[in-house]
Amino acid sequence: MGESKRRFPDPHEVEKIPGTEGWERMFPYQYQFVTDDPEREQYEKGMFWFYDGLHYPEPIYPFDIIWDEAWYLALSQFNTRIFAVPPVYGVDHRIINGYIYISPVPVTDPAEVEARVAHFMERAGYYYENWNKLEDQWIKKLEKVISDLEALEIKPLPELEDISVVMEGLGKSTGYELLHAYDKLIDLGLLCWQYHFEFLNLGYAAYVTFLDFCQKVFPDIPLQRVTQMVSGIDVIMYRPDEELKKLARAAVDLNVDGIVNSGRKFVEIKDELEATSNGKEWLNAFEKARYPWFWTSTGTGWYHHDKSWNDDLDIPLASLCIYIDKVRAGKPIERPMDQVIKERDRITEEYRALLADEETKAGFEQLLGTARTVFPYVENHLFYVEHWFHSVFWNKMREVAAILMDYGFIEEIEDVWYLTRAEIKEALWDVVTAWATGVKPRGPQVWPKEIAWRKGVMDKFREWTPPAAVGTAPEVIQEPFTVVLWGVTNESLNAWAEVDAAGDPESVNQLKGFAGSPGVVEGFARVCRTVAEIGQLKEDEILVAPTTSPSWAPAFQKIQAAVTDVGGVMCHAAIVCREYGLPAVVGTGHGTSIIKTGMKIKVDGGTGKVTILER
Amino acid sequence: MAQLPLVCWFQECNKDSVPLVGGKNASLGELINAGIRVPPGYAITTEAYRRFIGDGGLDGKIKEALEGLNHEDSAALDQASDYIRGLIESCPIAVDLEDHIAEYYRRLSKICGLPATPVAVRSSATAEDLPGASFAGQQETFLWIRGVESVLEHVRKCFSSLFTARAIAYRIKMGFAQEEVALSVGIQKMANAFTAGVMFTLNPGNGDRSMIVIDSNFGFGESVVSGEVTPDNFRVDKVSMEILERTISKKEVYYTLEPAEHCSRKLTLPKERQMAQSTIDKDVLELARMGKVIEQHYGCPQDIEWAVDKDMPKTGNVFILQSRPETVWSCKDQDKTPTQGPKKTAMDHILSNLMMGKKLS
Repeated sequence: MGESKRRFPDPHEVEKIPGTEGWERMFPYQYQFVTDDPEREQYEKGMFWFYDGLHYPEPIYPFDIIWDEAWYLALSQFNTRIFAVPPVYGVDHRIINGYIYISPVPVTDPAEVEARVAHFMERAGYYYENWNKLEDQWIKKLEKVISDLEALEIKPLPELEDISVVMEGLGKSTGYELLHAYDKLIDLGLLCWQYHFEFLNLGYAAYVTFLDFCQKVFPDIPLQRVTQMVSGIDVIMYRPDEELKKLARAAVDLNVDGIVNSGRKFVEIKDELEATSNGKEWLNAFEKARYPWFWTSTGTGWYHHDKSWNDDLDIPLASLCIYIDKVRAGKPIERPMDQVIKERDRITEEYRALLADEETKAGFEQLLGTARTVFPYVENHLFYVEHWFHSVFWNKMREVAAILMDYGFIEEIEDVWYLTRAEIKEALWDVVTAWATGVKPRGPQVWPKEIAWRKGVMDKFREWTPPAAVGTAPEVIQEPFTVVLWGVTNESLNAWAEVDAAGDPESVNQLKGFAGSPGVVEGFARVCRTVAEIGQLKEDEILVAPTTSPSWAPAFQKIQAAVTDVGGVMCHAAIVCREYGLPAVVGTGHGTSIIKTGMKIKVDGGTGKVTILER
Repeated sequence: MAQLPLVCWFQECNKDSVPLVGGKNASLGELINAGIRVPPGYAITTEAYRRFIGDGGLDGKIKEALEGLNHEDSAALDQASDYIRGLIESCPIAVDLEDHIAEYYRRLSKICGLPATPVAVRSSATAEDLPGASFAGQQETFLWIRGVESVLEHVRKCFSSLFTARAIAYRIKMGFAQEEVALSVGIQKMANAFTAGVMFTLNPGNGDRSMIVIDSNFGFGESVVSGEVTPDNFRVDKVSMEILERTISKKEVYYTLEPAEHCSRKLTLPKERQMAQSTIDKDVLELARMGKVIEQHYGCPQDIEWAVDKDMPKTGNVFILQSRPETVWSCKDQDKTPTQGPKKTAMDHILSNLMMGKKLS
């Protein structure tokens, strides 16, 4: 090709931020780009590392990197060692100034690729053939791991052990149990993530294959049309929002909507509701819906500060009120499932009718069928793992943090995230040995200082903008997860590189992303960096966000289009916008940094272009 | 046996009407009956032609003139042709036939809301299935004809075109009886194009059948068909019926009506209009809808000429002038999209796809 190679910075030459020297100790050592190991340095230069902004829109905390490590292992092992995906091993990880960069690792030896084919056909083949059965099994495994997590007790250390330790001849202490519980907690987290990737990459591979098949036959087909053909299946991801809608209807039916929607906090309306039988009935319904459905994270679930609805009931309450207003106004709030399915079938039929010959038709049928089989998992795993499991997990960790705080290791509970999980284990050893020995632990003189410094470092990281990618862009990417989720395509990379080259955000008037959902709309932008800000959205504004998650669902009732920094055709914003018939452009790379609230913008969800009309 | 009509509206024709109204008129009728808006018009049938040739004893004279001609004697052919064409073009049309043609012309003008509406007078031959017969009077087209007298005159010119020296020679050579030939003539409202162009019901660039591609410029379609301008280009998604791409080009010339001459002439497009979108989105989508219907009707991708008529009410001024099967990509179906050998299962597809990966540059 006569194209110029896209230029991205050398990973070893990315600027160091003054005042952060020594930040490397906050993260696992193998995450560093290195210059003292020539072989590794060469490898790092030659690879293509792109910033995983989808999962990490901000720098990663020393503890929170646990999930990155978990999927580093899980995705990679399934590709490399379990299913033997022929042309690709795992996905390698690095960190620059607190931001996670990832790179798929190709299998370069053709003989090796060839040798992996038979294994892949047998192993992945088994999964595709028995998908539904295995998926049912998966749900049972997940429910078990979650119930184990919920049952896990983090017991504070007693002054004197209970007499039962003696009477029952237990022969071990609460100190030991605390260490054990912490290990178990971490272990459950890693186990959950093992399961997370059991199906995901096979799911993406099947989906991408269908996508590519469609693009071969119809070179101009918008990606969103392909997802439309596999969508319309009722996925769990929407359940939390559905529950809110049910509660909104129930509030109106029970005539308690006035109380619920009175602009007060949940604790305040709760007492008032308790006072009447209708109010009680509604509260019961509310309590029933909470578990598990309000274990929905307000973010992606990847960060400890992504609160779940259960952690702050005012969040679902605010959304409930949006729905109550709609119900009162006689507007429909239900997802137009029938329409979605009807439209899906119409589209599928039209493309099918345009296929030239029997062989192509057969391929289309097979791949469509497979894509539709895998699609629910691709969607549903998010609720089980990132939302439900993670939300409960963060809170269990806070129980551990409470003990560390009691002993003066940290000043407040939320300081715990500035320690790595290994450091926490060491700190707990310090706590329990001091407790057992009846002496002062060393930790209070060590950790608060270190945490104060780390907080400063994290602040400096936050002010820094990570480059979209570093290293050398390859000719081809074969790793399915990478391909789908980050939409690392020719197009988006070029667009990102262009914006990077422009440098000055003031000079950029057009952003290119993925055509997430069709339609053209002009309107005023509102940049919401977190779900907490969606309350500021006004009717018919255009939402500009880093990325969205099910918690953001109520926002889609108000807006007329959405723009995200990160995400491919399968991301939440794209899927929801398609369902509601709103235009969406996703994966623009820089939307929230270039577009400002109040700007007039034009969103073309058919072409993936966002144009700034008035600054 | 019902009496065959002398004239009939296009909408009364379909693909089975070829013997009566010839190929061109039949296909216009076919389009109208598929729900496509075509500039209104009517056909003067082959029955009318036969009546005309029979009425004034023309047939006898023609037969006589052609007696014993040698198809290689070009001088004699020219002489016979001149004589016969002179006869036809000066022979008055019988009153009842003239009445029919005139009455339909009056009604057509009324439909179009124009006094003496300008029309195209076109030959529509029945022998389209004869290879090599394409010169036999089928190409005769007269544009911007106004008034009954002029229409009648040009109808006779179409009739006489059956007897060019070349056509006569061809029939002699092939052994066709000269009296077997017949011709229909189409009288169709001239689309007074505000904008016009071509449309493909696939992407001619890559053969994508889920796309519709439209080229357009101000004025008549000549500037687009002849390639004299870089037209505006629209890409419409056939499935979602959305415009995915608009490319507005700098259009320097356009063709418009020379009222005095009744013909089109080339003009320079004013600077301020050169970068203006020549066809509005609404009309682009209307065209795409029509394209989709035509393709479904014929069962294969189409190459279509169209115009937006400024004489017609805004609600129905987008017209299809002509539609032919698209040939370039339709022939390529044999060498299909590049896949790697036949695949039996979804797994085979998934594997080969993983192997191919995604190109980044």
